[in-house]
Amino acid sequence: MNIYVLMKRTFDTEEKITISGGKINEDGAEFIINPYDEYAIEEAIQVRDANDGEVTVVSVGTEEAEKQLRTALAMGADKAVLINTEDDVEEGDQFTTSKILAEFLKDKDADLIIGGNVAIDGGSGQVGPRVAELLNIPYITTITKLDIDGTNVTVVRDVEGDSEVIETSLPLLVTAQQGLNEPRYPSLPGIMKAKKKPLDELELDDLDLDEDDVEAKTKTIEIYLPPKKEAGKVLDGELADQVKELVSLLHNEAKVV
Amino acid sequence: MARKILVLGEVREGALRNVSFEAVAAAKKAAEGGEVVGVLFGESVSALGAEFIQYGADRVITVEDEKLKQYTSDGFSQALLAVVDQESPEGIIFGHTAQGKDLAPRIAAKLQSGLISDVTDLEEEGGNLVFTRPIYSGKAFEKKIVTDGVIFATIRPNNIAPLEKDEAKTGDVSAVSVEIKDLRQVIKEVVRKATEGVDLSEAKVIVAGGRGVKSEDGFEPLKELANVLGGAVGASRGACDADYCDYSLQIGQTGKVVTPDLYIACGISGAIQHLAGMSNSKVIVAINKDPEANIFKVADYGIVGDLFEVVPLLTEEFKQLLVNA
Repeated sequence: MNIYVLMKRTFDTEEKITISGGKINEDGAEFIINPYDEYAIEEAIQVRDANDGEVTVVSVGTEEAEKQLRTALAMGADKAVLINTEDDVEEGDQFTTSKILAEFLKDKDADLIIGGNVAIDGGSGQVGPRVAELLNIPYITTITKLDIDGTNVTVVRDVEGDSEVIETSLPLLVTAQQGLNEPRYPSLPGIMKAKKKPLDELELDDLDLDEDDVEAKTKTIEIYLPPKKEAGKVLDGELADQVKELVSLLHNEAKVV
Repeated sequence: MARKILVLGEVREGALRNVSFEAVAAAKKAAEGGEVVGVLFGESVSALGAEFIQYGADRVITVEDEKLKQYTSDGFSQALLAVVDQESPEGIIFGHTAQGKDLAPRIAAKLQSGLISDVTDLEEEGGNLVFTRPIYSGKAFEKKIVTDGVIFATIRPNNIAPLEKDEAKTGDVSAVSVEIKDLRQVIKEVVRKATEGVDLSEAKVIVAGGRGVKSEDGFEPLKELANVLGGAVGASRGACDADYCDYSLQIGQTGKVVTPDLYIACGISGAIQHLAGMSNSKVIVAINKDPEANIFKVADYGIVGDLFEVVPLLTEEFKQLLVNA
């Protein structure tokens, strides 16, 4: 089975966000594999192990994403591809990324494509479904279970807490929701092996794309931090009185109840 | 500039979801005097058209087909693309819900357009429609504009107030016939797990528990409080990882990002990932035994104490207040 994983390098969830020069400040920040993409990588490895085949992890980004791609290889993926847009794309959006990925994937005969359902930085959750549409294959988002039997596929999709059991078929794109699996940590032998696994680097030229083909349809004009919350009022006195006071404050002062 | 805006209404259990009325309010703003066209898909949805109009839509288009009874991206995208083709709108808006998140990117790809997801506000500024949306799970915000093609956005529930319902307002509700071809996805079964009635992303009140809840049973008093307030129960990652509750309740950077009017955090320490998911709530109450807990830094009101003592007292007090109200 020919499996592709769409991966994004993101800020570590522990990071505080600061802004300098109108942009998110990346100096000294730790970067990780987008947590939802980790589920995707793990699932791809499990599907490969059960069905044979190959897992290729693809990322659109800068050279710096090589580190996260190596981590994916250390987890057990077979190949990695970095589509380096550093020189060609100044400011892309989801149109840009999905167009590039679809162009890369169109002649790869992928049976299964897995991505995270959302990236924790941009938070748009668009790229998976966009890529599927561009490749004209079905997709299911936010899955928590994946069963493959030949070309028949049964997935469980999380729909705001409810679950839908859906039958579909390969080729297919799915996006991972938390609960799909427990991503493994790279083992030491895994890390050693990963150093020898292929990590190819492509640019837009290699995909017969130029900058105009992938020009963003939207533009960010400002980034700002939410107003800092003032420390609130910690009540004191007898517990029963505190509770009475709290209810009165919520009713009369905050007027939310 | 007057614009024609389509709003896809979302039907759940035979009724329009509140987020659809919020989407109409957003569309009204985006339309700047242009027409707001409500769109409804399902097996029999035309009866809902009147209410859509009372909340601000100028007219409503329905596509009724057995294959649209349940949402699938294949069915709904065929129907929506047919309506878009007929109406040639300048903009499309719907809710950033499970359905909206699943459908909108596909439509945007087909239309080769941009899409601004998870919008919490929109304003006209200097001839541009400027959309505000959280990034890094609410640790920061960005303002975005569409530079090419149709204006397309999904709006986050609970952030843009719906217009007041005008019972006297009427408008045209017309059916469009679209041939829905075979669906590549078949929904075999729907398992309802979500807390009775109130959806986390749309809840006005959320009572959330963390590790301090200590067990699955420990969530019971929180559920009672949520019931009294007509709210939903949520959880921190700690509580989910410890198996006290289902991951579908998780609020945080991984998990749901929520903005209710009132968020009551019980036994939650306030890790940065959790704060990202809830700190933009309008009013935050923290209940925690540890006075040094991080959660008190973002709370409007705090009680230092054992949640198993405080929460039942709070439930009783709210009961009395609401009985007398």
